[in-house]
Amino acid sequence: METVLGRYRNLIVLVGVLFAQVLGLAVQVKRTTDIESSRLIRVWAVGAVSPLEKALVWAQTSTGNLWHNYFYLRGVRAENRELKQQIEQMRIEQVRMSQDADQARRLQALLAFKEQFISQTRAAQVIGSTGSEQSRAIYIDKGEKDGIKPDMAVITADGIVGKVLHVYRSTSLVLLISDQTSGVGAILDKSRLQGILRGMPSGEIALERIMTDEQVPAGELVLTSGGDRIFPKGLPIGRVTKVSTGSDLFLNVRVKPAANLSKLEEVLVVTKVDERQIAPDQAGPARAADVLAERLPTVPPKPAEPTGAAAAGAAPQPGTGLENKPVQPKPKAPAPAGDGSGTAPVARKVATAAPSAATAATTPGTAVKTPQKSVKAPVEPKPQPPAVESQPQPPAQDNPQ
Amino acid sequence: MAITYTSGEQVEVYRFGIAATILIPLTAVFLQAFLPLRLHFFSIFDLPLLVTISFAIARRSQVAGIFTGALIGVFQDALTHQPIGLYGISKTVVGFGASSLGIKLDAENAGARLLLTLFFYGVHEVVYFTIARGLVSLHLEWSWQHELGSAVANALLGVLLYALLDRLKQRT
Repeated sequence: METVLGRYRNLIVLVGVLFAQVLGLAVQVKRTTDIESSRLIRVWAVGAVSPLEKALVWAQTSTGNLWHNYFYLRGVRAENRELKQQIEQMRIEQVRMSQDADQARRLQALLAFKEQFISQTRAAQVIGSTGSEQSRAIYIDKGEKDGIKPDMAVITADGIVGKVLHVYRSTSLVLLISDQTSGVGAILDKSRLQGILRGMPSGEIALERIMTDEQVPAGELVLTSGGDRIFPKGLPIGRVTKVSTGSDLFLNVRVKPAANLSKLEEVLVVTKVDERQIAPDQAGPARAADVLAERLPTVPPKPAEPTGAAAAGAAPQPGTGLENKPVQPKPKAPAPAGDGSGTAPVARKVATAAPSAATAATTPGTAVKTPQKSVKAPVEPKPQPPAVESQPQPPAQDNPQ
Repeated sequence: MAITYTSGEQVEVYRFGIAATILIPLTAVFLQAFLPLRLHFFSIFDLPLLVTISFAIARRSQVAGIFTGALIGVFQDALTHQPIGLYGISKTVVGFGASSLGIKLDAENAGARLLLTLFFYGVHEVVYFTIARGLVSLHLEWSWQHELGSAVANALLGVLLYALLDRLKQRT
């Protein structure tokens, strides 16, 4: 027995070491949701490597800062001048965009839209990678003590980078969007088609689940859809570079990431995302229908007599209370188009101008008392909405009859 | 580029000092994690693998090769987000194989080292992909072009690295 053991000692050791590792793998694969089974080894490994990485990154950054901030200042004055011009241009643009934003908020309020926005971020330095092509992830110099938690989004000014996967005391592992195990809810900017962004084995990223009958032009911007509950909606991911028909019912859409994932130095970890519903009072008067209703004339009490004739457009019947009142033309209303009724054109105008009434909700109401032609149509829209009011119309009394 | 078959008595066995035994693998894993951030092309290299092969060939001890490969591989695994053991098992096999061949072959010249590294890089990748697909169900894509390119690049770097490590090994 001893001879056999001695003879095959090396092989037995090999089998033993391999068996132990396979067993460890099996345990980890079974517990896919947590890393507790291997956390100690990972903490030791990261603890051994990250101080060196941090020291090197710090030395490199300090040297770079020293050079750029104190010695290499050539062209700074010209750059400063250009930046000031840019600021002026951006201020003008900001005014225009703030108006658009106000309008968007009003519309969001109408839809009871829940807005997600980044309320807090934490800047972090990239200090290392996993060093493996099969594991596309990076290490950052912020960890548990800095308030970093798993599943936090990591972004740059250009676009999204990935999400926090493992958090250690002072470092964190960030899974890049180019990794094969990564998945991001994405939406195409113009066509609003939604899909899932996944990393490919080659390191590229692809948008999946877009049907082959859809049109996706190259160069279209891809944004986060917010559906993954990690990345807030609307962050840039990248642009479509290539579209081809896949083997199944879906298109093969390749995306070039907006952030340069191979040259990351500093990133932002989104530590807090707030979600709020815009209150109607924040956005001014709420509904277009309410605004219209306020501006409509009051409806008189319904007469007791049947009004079949009125419905047919006949002349007012005696006893309805309308026969003695002269039917005055509506002020500021456009002249009848020749159909003889005089009501249809106004109704059409109101219908087409209804959307603009919502935007002019703050305009004081200009309800005009108009004589009731027919009791069959109690809420006939006869007043002039803002769109009609803006058109120069001669007073109705002056209209040649 | 001659690979000479020698008996176990003819080949020379080397050892590394404790500091070198600990610091060289650590440095290899550290550089493997740090350099690709600055030099993106560096991710095609596998420095821990080259160190495993170098140690195994120099020591010519199968048990030492097994444990060197296992420890370096597990250390490398711990930095990734994949389950620990993928690199561990691959490098264990490579460590055992390299030390076994080191006993039989005289791998002191550059040509022999180049071929050995090419061969063991292939073994490493085959074992890694087999385990990743078979045991962990990772959808890894095998590209012959990429693997051949990486193998040649690693073999060339390996020849330089082995020459550097030769200065640190001590004759027993």
